[in-house]
Amino acid sequence: MPHKEITSGNWAFAEAMRQINPDVVAAYPITPSTDIIMKFAEFVANGKVDTNFVTVESEHSAITACVTASASGARVMTASSANGVALMHEIFPIAGCFRTPIVFGLVNRSIGAPINIHCDHSDSMGQRDLGWIHLYCEDAQEAYDTAIMAIRLSENDDVLTPVFVCQDGFITSHGFEPVEYMDDDAVKDFVGEREPVNSLLDLDNPVSYGSFAMSEYYFEIKRQQIEAHKKALELYDGIAREFEAVSGRYYPMIDCYRTEDADQVIVIMSSASGAVKDVVDEMREKGHKVGCLRIRMFRPFPVEAVRNALKGKKAVAVLDRSLSLGGTAPLVAEVRSALYAAGEMIPINSCIYGLGGRDFFPQYAEDIFMDLINGRMSPEEHYIGLLE
Amino acid sequence: MSIKMKDVIQKKSPMTQGHRMCPGCGAPTAVHQGLMGVDSPLVIINATGCLEVSTTVYPFSAWNVPWIHTAFENAGAGASGVEAAYKALKKKGKIDKDIKFVAFGGDGGTYDIGLQSLSGALERGHDFTYICYNNQGYMNTGAQRSSATPRGANATTSPAGSVIPGKLQKPKDLTSIAAAHHIPYVAQTTLYNHMDVANKVKTAIETPGPAFVNILVPCVLFWRLDPALQGDICKKAADTRFWPIYEVIDGEWKLSYKPKKRVPVEEFLKPQGRYSHLFKGENSKALLEQAQADIETGWQYILDRCGETWEPQDQL
Repeated sequence: MPHKEITSGNWAFAEAMRQINPDVVAAYPITPSTDIIMKFAEFVANGKVDTNFVTVESEHSAITACVTASASGARVMTASSANGVALMHEIFPIAGCFRTPIVFGLVNRSIGAPINIHCDHSDSMGQRDLGWIHLYCEDAQEAYDTAIMAIRLSENDDVLTPVFVCQDGFITSHGFEPVEYMDDDAVKDFVGEREPVNSLLDLDNPVSYGSFAMSEYYFEIKRQQIEAHKKALELYDGIAREFEAVSGRYYPMIDCYRTEDADQVIVIMSSASGAVKDVVDEMREKGHKVGCLRIRMFRPFPVEAVRNALKGKKAVAVLDRSLSLGGTAPLVAEVRSALYAAGEMIPINSCIYGLGGRDFFPQYAEDIFMDLINGRMSPEEHYIGLLE
Repeated sequence: MSIKMKDVIQKKSPMTQGHRMCPGCGAPTAVHQGLMGVDSPLVIINATGCLEVSTTVYPFSAWNVPWIHTAFENAGAGASGVEAAYKALKKKGKIDKDIKFVAFGGDGGTYDIGLQSLSGALERGHDFTYICYNNQGYMNTGAQRSSATPRGANATTSPAGSVIPGKLQKPKDLTSIAAAHHIPYVAQTTLYNHMDVANKVKTAIETPGPAFVNILVPCVLFWRLDPALQGDICKKAADTRFWPIYEVIDGEWKLSYKPKKRVPVEEFLKPQGRYSHLFKGENSKALLEQAQADIETGWQYILDRCGETWEPQDQL
């Protein structure tokens, strides 16, 4: 029987790893994702998994070993954060292009400098365009569930693309909350066995991974990745529905909270959406027709779903937990593009919040909604909770 | 364990002809000679470099065994991942064959940018062999200096100028660094004797656990060497004791080749354009003496480690 435990986002992710029982985990510790790896090391030490656990000497080597292990046909998982993720940057597009499935627990933390251990999304956003699927989770339950679903998505023959399962550092990773765990057998049945294609260890059909491809071929190879991302968008919901059938929990690409009849909507990702949803409930009681749209899948970006969810709204605020210094923050750029390219000229406030773990209070969400309601719209960035 | 030439002469090399390495390049020779005595199925892991670029120009591949390249600085980690996957899948019964894993990197990918990754893989004890094809510079990008470049050599980031006579620093002793990991097998050789290369690499591959082989190979383009002199220059590297030939088996240092005569370093330097400045100008004598002194220091270090003495037949 499924059972509930009070646990953290990190431990919930580690529990999913135990149940998935990957062939190879290559990892290097970094705050705040370290607990995932330490908990998993306990599982290894106590014989709870069959995994070949490779305790590499850097994040760069961690992701390299994950890529080559996956190319060799193994089911592979790892975890990291912040500067560790940045150190892996060179290898991420290689993983994407090799079409090597990997499920990666990315515990979001701000990128130094200044060095800071707390949450924002600058680490994962720095890896935005490298050929990985990005899924952002609101809480520990979702991090656990998404890890399991991500195996199926990543290893799907038409997708074969590595997946980041993002959760907010400390807020989700170290906060304790009830999480319902599936039975080991249910997880095992859901993820099945990996059936690799083009395995490096298939001696009868030797393959070369990582060839030198110049201008005659490079573009066509990238085109194949474009198609894989389209397939991920197409196939995701089927996997989410299958997961619902065994767990009772359904996670669409976008989480529409009271948006259907809303006039004003806040668009946000990950844990801060919890506070926004509470504010939505409170403001609804006062007669304001507001809603919250949480983006779960950031890559591939569900353009159509977002456009349909926001079509006809009077005003929207998009909250980014990272910057694009000298440019437009990543989430608002996507939302504007999804709407404006289709002629949906809805006024949008771009709000930056929570950098370096700066708290996001419900009052902020209310203030942002009141700006939308009162027509205080402006094209420049708004900085939420900034002291100046 | 020793290899017989008649047994290997008809064997198919894991790397075919038709690759795009330069005529006279030592890297493919190291691959062919090194792997010619190996009977086990192989999977190759390649660091970025000449060997990688020139053997896999898409859609072609010169490799008729499985081959993987990810990046420059991570062949050690790449091999770790492949070997880890192999062990995991073998334990589950998904693979039944015994496969051996060989990583190739140039001195750039091994001595410098890839040293951390190599050290990690050696320390963790993965069952693989790392072969450094060492041509003493970043030749793929146009002959920049590396930490394997010898003192006095002309390289494009340590050019011989009117004030500075080429690279000023002594090369890193990577073979000793590998040996300091106390792994089961470490060796250093060059293309002076194909059976020595074949035997050392075969021993490395058949030894359980990590092994490291450092093979000095000429880059004819940037050593500015007549391509016909590939074997000859390697013989001179061994005979002048510029490149001592030895192995370290379970911590025991063993000299493989003791030249009978004392051959002056000039014989190794003279055929190479990268050293032409050492033979000109007023500093010539001092620079050549420095080169000889570096050899004596390096040789004595190896003799001491191996517990050997050296008494050449005829003195200089």
